[in-house]
Amino acid sequence: MENPDVLDSFVDVSADSQQRPSGEVVLRISDLSKFYMMGEVRVDALKHISLEFHAGELAVLLGASGSGKSTLLNIIGGLDVPSSGKLFFHGREITAATEAELTAYRRRSIGFVFQFYNLISSLSALENVQLVTEIADNPMPAEEALRLVDLGNRLNHFPAQLSGGEQQRVAIARAVAKRPELLLCDEPTGALDFQTGKLVLDVIEKVNRELGTTTLVITHNASIAGMADRVVRLRSGELSEDRRNLTRMSPSELVW
Amino acid sequence: MKPLQRKLLRELLHLKGQMLAVAAVVACGISVFVSMSSVKYSLEASRQRYYNRFRFADVFVQVKRAPEFYRETVSRIPGVASVSTRLIADVTLDVPGLDEPATGRLVSIPEYRTPVLNDLFLKKGRYIEPGKPDEVIASKPFLEANHLVPGDRISAVINGRKRDLLIVGMGLSPEYIYEVQPGSFFPDKRRFGVFWMSRRALESAVDMSGAFNDLSLTLAHGASEKDVIMKLDNLFKRYGSLGAYGRSEQLSDRFIVDEIKQVGIQITFLPLVFLAVAVFLLNIVLRRIVATQRDQIAVLKAIGYSNEDVGLHYLGFAMIPTAFGAVMGTLLGAWLGRELMNIYGEFYNFSELVYYFRFEDVALSVLLSFAAAMFGALGAVRKAVLLPPAEAMRPDSPVLYKPGIFDRESLRKKIPVPVRIIVRNLERRPLKAALSVLMISLAVAILIAGRYTYDSVDRMVQVEFSEKHREDVTVIFNNPMPPSVRFNIASLDGVLAHEFYREEPVRMSFGHRARRQSIKGMDSAEGLQRLVDKSSRQFSLPPDGIVLTSTLAKILGVRPGDRLQIDFLQGRQRHGELFVSSTIDEILGLSAYMDIGALNRLAGDGGALNAAYLRLDQAKAGKLYTTFKKMPGVAGIMMLKAMKESFDELIAQSMTTSTVILTSFACILAFAVVYNGARISLSERARELTSLRVLGMTRAEISFILLGEQAMLTITAIPVGFMIGIGLSALLARALSSELYRLPLVFSAFNFLFAFVVIVLVSGVSALLVRKRLTGLDLVEVLKTRE
Repeated sequence: MENPDVLDSFVDVSADSQQRPSGEVVLRISDLSKFYMMGEVRVDALKHISLEFHAGELAVLLGASGSGKSTLLNIIGGLDVPSSGKLFFHGREITAATEAELTAYRRRSIGFVFQFYNLISSLSALENVQLVTEIADNPMPAEEALRLVDLGNRLNHFPAQLSGGEQQRVAIARAVAKRPELLLCDEPTGALDFQTGKLVLDVIEKVNRELGTTTLVITHNASIAGMADRVVRLRSGELSEDRRNLTRMSPSELVW
Repeated sequence: MKPLQRKLLRELLHLKGQMLAVAAVVACGISVFVSMSSVKYSLEASRQRYYNRFRFADVFVQVKRAPEFYRETVSRIPGVASVSTRLIADVTLDVPGLDEPATGRLVSIPEYRTPVLNDLFLKKGRYIEPGKPDEVIASKPFLEANHLVPGDRISAVINGRKRDLLIVGMGLSPEYIYEVQPGSFFPDKRRFGVFWMSRRALESAVDMSGAFNDLSLTLAHGASEKDVIMKLDNLFKRYGSLGAYGRSEQLSDRFIVDEIKQVGIQITFLPLVFLAVAVFLLNIVLRRIVATQRDQIAVLKAIGYSNEDVGLHYLGFAMIPTAFGAVMGTLLGAWLGRELMNIYGEFYNFSELVYYFRFEDVALSVLLSFAAAMFGALGAVRKAVLLPPAEAMRPDSPVLYKPGIFDRESLRKKIPVPVRIIVRNLERRPLKAALSVLMISLAVAILIAGRYTYDSVDRMVQVEFSEKHREDVTVIFNNPMPPSVRFNIASLDGVLAHEFYREEPVRMSFGHRARRQSIKGMDSAEGLQRLVDKSSRQFSLPPDGIVLTSTLAKILGVRPGDRLQIDFLQGRQRHGELFVSSTIDEILGLSAYMDIGALNRLAGDGGALNAAYLRLDQAKAGKLYTTFKKMPGVAGIMMLKAMKESFDELIAQSMTTSTVILTSFACILAFAVVYNGARISLSERARELTSLRVLGMTRAEISFILLGEQAMLTITAIPVGFMIGIGLSALLARALSSELYRLPLVFSAFNFLFAFVVIVLVSGVSALLVRKRLTGLDLVEVLKTRE
């Protein structure tokens, strides 16, 4: 399976991160480009992106659909590889990792939340979270993760028995149960109504604040930017804006 | 239980219809394999055990009469382990409750029980008592068929004298596992039986004291059968021997060895078909599962599951139904094997027919089915493993459709849209469509091949019992009779037509090939017995020259026009030469036919007759039978009708069983393929079809699109299946044919009709099941969710 050396290096980083010095660079993106073929059409999803993310940061990546933000998130999460450029996680080059190292990276360090929740419909809420706690090194109990997202009373419900917001919260619980260092959320409110969306953002903010998890939220909804420490905007695969908010708003104050 | 395992089990349960179909196909294949290989082993082991326990001989020789001291001479031949001599005599029996005479074969046994070769297994009753010459032990099939038990009496005409025999025991012998009257192929248990009688009593009854007419021996380990046979032939030629022979020419053993060989053929061919279909089904079902779970695969990988984890998870979708099928198949196979052995018990008279269920067979079958599962799952699992997680997040890109054959301007307007959709779906994935057609056609082919043996045996009965033989009875003489016997028989009251034949044992040779064979000299080939080949073509008898059956000609390597060397083995033992005038492809055995006059001239004697074919006035038949029972020189009579009945009874049972099994297996196969095909189309097209519903199409219209595709595949598969079925039957006919018989390749219209109806019915049922699901589609839900 995975190369133990590589595993160790990622584990070490994860363990460090529990008491990380504020402002340490977790993620460094250097001149990253990505194109892919859609049928017979070449799509340039990312063009020469360079960025750094710091420990504990809550960043929002803004962009219209097709701006390349999902591609960037997938590359950061080790789900995709760039066409050129490099990506470093705690100084280790992810873009040079083997398949097994990537798996270990995702297993130890990354938590994913998707727009369509992507729960396994044949597993209950608890089992969906256990899917992760099963293979993680130092997970929180699955029940605790679900309580964190206020679903302590829905443990044995199947996805089809949960509302959209509840399903997304299960997905968040699933993502954070492994105590990831990096939480990646792809349009987490994209399929939800305003009120439910805010509840979900609340949970994400809570995880960032209480667990100190570096969090990247991508969205096309500019109003969400208010809750972030930092706002990065992509347009047609290029970086068009990178700014810091002076104050973070609570998700409940957001309006859209 | 781990969450992934739970996911697997729940989803398997959700797909239970499809998974059960796969499991059922595996179960069919495994059950055939397990039952057939255990039957094959059991038959082999039972035969071997029987032969060992009762000292079945290795080499046999029959003579007219040889002095007993030759036993010593033979035992000194290098390579001979032990020797037994016997007296054997065929006599006419008067069986209580049977009008016509039966034939009894009297076999001598020691007066005091001592181990001999070809020993008898005393099933019931007791051994004969010394000094009681009328006591006999009779063979089990004969006793049972005639409802006789030890203690009953039966009268026999031995050497012209009527004797009352007391049956004291019921026995079996390794020599007569297949108990059939000499010169016949099918057992007639009522009219032929073996009787074991004290040697002393038989010696005096047939005037053979101090002599024997049958010798058998066992070979020492490593001895050459060929050498021993050569020495025996030199020794006994002057005593009227027709040549010694080994087990491979012993009739009963030949039948069993052939049977075991045939079982072996079925082991290889049927399970292969079933496992091939299982591979195909697993392939399409798993590909669909992986396609619908693209996003789940992405999530698992995003969460940190490795490719191995994901691959094993999807492999589970193949392994679990296969394992279930293998277990069910093994259980079914064990049961089926036992039932088949019971049927074999009816055909063959083993001392004990033990059913061995072997672990090796099960292990091998499990291994085979798992290999099939792996092979079937390979493509889909590979896809799941190789699927890049980021790509899996995105929906599958739309499949590329291209204009097809119905998209030409001229046709476009005439073909309605639903039909165009169906055709394009098939055109888009021609390989899948072709494989689906192939799989359904395999089911059709198995139906055809399963019923083919039925048609074939039917033709066999037709040719043998009404086209070739048209007599009522055959009267067989003890010894060759002078030509004057014609008048004696012809003048009997009630004989409507008569025809005689001479059967002359000779050695035929051509080049370096030679064979012992008897020539049948016939009065005519247009009368009571005709020369008819397996396709019912009639042959005429040449005025001189010889007609050989095709198999015999092949063995000798001769063609029509070749000259055959003939050495007579009896009488003046003349040498002659004959040209082969034609070959005839007969169903049963090996034969050589000549005009009786030509044969008599070649033999250089005044002529001799061995048997008569008679047609009788049924009103006077009873009286005639009584006459035959008393007539000196008559060894017995064979009744055509009775042979046909016993053949029908025996064959019908085994044929019905195998046809029922094959038909149900073929139905399972067809159902599994058609149902899974439709279910997968439904899953692939649910969204599209629901969209069409939203656009205003009726349920009937979308059902037509979905089921029309399956219907088209099935309709295409039927003629293909007919062709494959014919090919499969031809292979089967070739593989199952032996020197003993050759299955004619014939198909009744009913066979095709039956296969057609079965496939249409099975397809209809699976279409109904899928249509029910189609009706249940939730319009809004399907459109709301992401593909």
